[in-house]
Amino acid sequence: MRDDHLPKKKPRKKAEANSGVSRRDFLKISSISAAAMPVLGTKVVHAAGTPVKVYGPGKVPIELTVNSRKYALQLEPRVTLLDALRDQLDITGAKRVCDRAECGSCTVIIDGKAVYACSLLAIEAQGKSITTVESFMDGDKLHPIQQALVNNDASQCGFCTPGFVVALKAFLDKHPNATPEQIRRGLSGNLCRCGTYHGLQLAAAELAQKGA
Amino acid sequence: MPDYGWPDGEHRTLIGKRITRVDAPYKVSGRAKYTYDYHGKNLLFGKMVRSPYARAKIVSIDISAAEKLPGVKAVEIMQKPGTVVQWAGDDIVALAAVDEATAEDAARLIRIDYQPMPHLVSDAEPPAGVGEEAGPMGEDDVWDAVDNQMPDRQFIQYLADHGVSFRVDEDTLNGLKGDGASDAVLDALRKAQYHEPVAGAGHSAYQKAAAQTAGDPDKAFSEAEVISEGVYGIPLIAHCCLEPHGSTSEWPDKDHLFTHISTQNVSGIPGQMADPLGVQAANVRVHQDNIGGGFGSKFAADRWDIAAARLSRKAGGLPVRMMLERNSELEVAGARPSAYARVKVGAKKDGTITAWQSRSWGTGGPAGGSMPPIPYVFNIPNQRKEHTAIRTNIGPARAWRAPNHPQAAAITMGALDDLAARLNMDPLELWLKNLEITGPRRDVYREELGIAAELMNWKEKWRGRGQDVSGVTAHGLGLSIHTWGGRGHESDCDFTVHPDGSVEIKLGTQDLGTGTRTVILAVAAETLGIPIDAIQLHIGDTLYPPSGGSGGSTTVGGVSSSTRRAAVDARDALFAKVAPSLNAQPAELESVNGTVRVKNDPNRSLSWKQACSKLGAVTVTVRGKNPDKSKPPDLTNSGVGGVQMAEVEVDMETGVVKVKKMVAVQDCGLIIDMKTAEGQVYGALIMGISYSLYEEKIFDNIGGRMLNPNMEFYRLAGIEDIPELVVHMMTGKGYDDRGVIGLGEPPVISPGAAIANAVANAIGVRVPFLPLTPDRVLAALGQKAGA
Repeated sequence: MRDDHLPKKKPRKKAEANSGVSRRDFLKISSISAAAMPVLGTKVVHAAGTPVKVYGPGKVPIELTVNSRKYALQLEPRVTLLDALRDQLDITGAKRVCDRAECGSCTVIIDGKAVYACSLLAIEAQGKSITTVESFMDGDKLHPIQQALVNNDASQCGFCTPGFVVALKAFLDKHPNATPEQIRRGLSGNLCRCGTYHGLQLAAAELAQKGA
Repeated sequence: MPDYGWPDGEHRTLIGKRITRVDAPYKVSGRAKYTYDYHGKNLLFGKMVRSPYARAKIVSIDISAAEKLPGVKAVEIMQKPGTVVQWAGDDIVALAAVDEATAEDAARLIRIDYQPMPHLVSDAEPPAGVGEEAGPMGEDDVWDAVDNQMPDRQFIQYLADHGVSFRVDEDTLNGLKGDGASDAVLDALRKAQYHEPVAGAGHSAYQKAAAQTAGDPDKAFSEAEVISEGVYGIPLIAHCCLEPHGSTSEWPDKDHLFTHISTQNVSGIPGQMADPLGVQAANVRVHQDNIGGGFGSKFAADRWDIAAARLSRKAGGLPVRMMLERNSELEVAGARPSAYARVKVGAKKDGTITAWQSRSWGTGGPAGGSMPPIPYVFNIPNQRKEHTAIRTNIGPARAWRAPNHPQAAAITMGALDDLAARLNMDPLELWLKNLEITGPRRDVYREELGIAAELMNWKEKWRGRGQDVSGVTAHGLGLSIHTWGGRGHESDCDFTVHPDGSVEIKLGTQDLGTGTRTVILAVAAETLGIPIDAIQLHIGDTLYPPSGGSGGSTTVGGVSSSTRRAAVDARDALFAKVAPSLNAQPAELESVNGTVRVKNDPNRSLSWKQACSKLGAVTVTVRGKNPDKSKPPDLTNSGVGGVQMAEVEVDMETGVVKVKKMVAVQDCGLIIDMKTAEGQVYGALIMGISYSLYEEKIFDNIGGRMLNPNMEFYRLAGIEDIPELVVHMMTGKGYDDRGVIGLGEPPVISPGAAIANAVANAIGVRVPFLPLTPDRVLAALGQKAGA
């Protein structure tokens, strides 16, 4: 049982298996439930006395900063950051697997923090610095984290691998002197199906030794 | 005749060494492209409307509102009104729209009326007295079997065994063909023996296979000095490929289909798509760079793939992406059949096993399924076996690594472990005592058990059941052994050496993450004596010569053999051109360290590049094949044995099981890349820990749906679940000289059995069914306390 008895990196959601509506679906639904509004673009409504900006329905202009480059997009407010990256910008290192914050395959770094891109709307990611696995190489040279994974055979099918690389980078940037055990904990938000954890542990040990 | 055989140990520079996976740099950097990553120009987004019922008749379908929604480009009814749907999540209506949001909106506008019908999703032990002997197939049975995608081999075998109870005519056959029946099945139907229909023969969900008997089980049990009885089993689990099933299809013109599909079977897809789409297989191009997991579940062009191609055709040929969402991936795109058994084992006091009796049951979905090969590995002389296959509305089962073997291992090794406990015997001793009845691999098992015991420190650590408890923590050891076939599948390899020294290899195979690219390149580089990175390899496209599907641990044997034969022929063709320049006969030349030189006079040499320039303007292009009797020897082999041991800790208060250490000792003939071979075994141990502790498809008996089709409640092991793993590959004499044998299946068979046995050893009582969740562990402890 992984780490049920320990504090979590991210709080788990409550059971949703029966409702069929995930938090993210709910976000999407609530942004389209403003469908009574016929106008395109932003409108301000008062909710409990507080002015709240309402976007949509229909496409709205969205600006994203990905790997230091600015992109101007026209997207419905219900589109996730993950889908915007993959389907609009063809930045496909982050993978769509569980699509509800359970597996970590879509991990990106936002303002220095590892974030599941499937669980953030693109519109919420505006004005933030989004970093994806595509930015880690230095020309033709792999980042030391990537090289450690290669050396230790920490990828098989490879579909979860970019998520692990990004999660490792975010963790080691924050904890440059982490022990292998701490790195394991730092990777507990990512899942692999082929069973590359052994190689990932060896890579973690190599990186801990180097103090990457 | 050139020597196509593998070079011997002294002459290998790459084969058997630790080679780094060649595609790893692409995978760690996000550059590796998968089917899900493919964007055609003007990509349309497909959605499937699926049945919410486990069994229901479709009454009516109204797609008009969806068709009118702006942005919707095509709607296709996949199953017409009148059809009886046999599982929840089955495809009913497919549609494509300009973006995913519009496709979702359109899906909500589709109106389908169903007439729900009774269903069965439970694979609980069949009540006494129910069930029917398997009999001839009626016409409805045949249509059901086709609709439910009963695996061809099983279908054909059933027809051969039981025949049909209706007159098969060409009209029916044509109709079945239209519904997707393969030519092999149609042929089997033509040949099937006709039996008069029996009035009143019902359609029980419980199909009894004929009892199988060997020796004299009654006598053996009456003479047995010790008898052990127990219940064992593994539930349905999902493949849970991280890249879901699916494809993106487009029509460059009206006669040509181009499909990007997530598949283990690149070369086999055109033949499957041709009929349902009315297009020639030759006009179907399939491409796949990388696949995000298959594990046996991705051999077919599924109905959703046909849907994508049809939608694309309707939408003027634009690419349509139809990738399953996670809930569908878990609900309909992968199920390993369940298997359970009540087992009785008889033995002498000294541990000699004499008798086996089992009553097993399980489900593989609408087709029922078959009995696992029990008793597993140990061919017990006196046996009686009965099996009941339960036809359920859970969706079709798919092959899962080593089909039926993990189930057989859990049942058999559990029963033998309980026997050892009954005899007060160390299971290692019991296994060793009975190796004579394990067949041709017995000496391998003996050697492997010795190595594994040493790596686990078994003799020091092992205690009798329930005798290693400190506080609330119980500690235990368990073991299991397994076997698998292998051999190489059919594979063709085009191999080209260019006059500038560049080398190109083309095969229509696929790399599942098992290291297929790496082994092909290692074989080619070894044969030509040049570095791996001097060779370009192209795989994953029907433009390249065909290779078989990657299943049953047959890929490495197939592709390494075809590549070796091609590389030898290409090298020898080059030698023939180069020999005059070195004043030598072609047979006197060798190609090593990037040079072509005279064997006995290495000073007479040319660099690889210089040598290739002697080709003039003409490339050398050859094709290697597997199998190829004209170019002996057979470079592959079949039949391996493996041993695994597990060490666990169980918290007796919470029921939480923690695996502390696993040891795997495995043979697989000649290993081409030790690093990726070990990686396969590490991965299999981890997947094994996952299905032993966490994985189960849980169904709601009343609603008929899977309750945990997501990755929160269908749990996979995480990195913190992974203990110390020790892998030992058997090499050297008696192993390397056998030829290449695959490794995808064998090491994933034993973990469930070994871990379950370790838990029984720790807590002193058997937890009958996997996964070994806290509730099951506590229930077993409770029963023990109450007994």
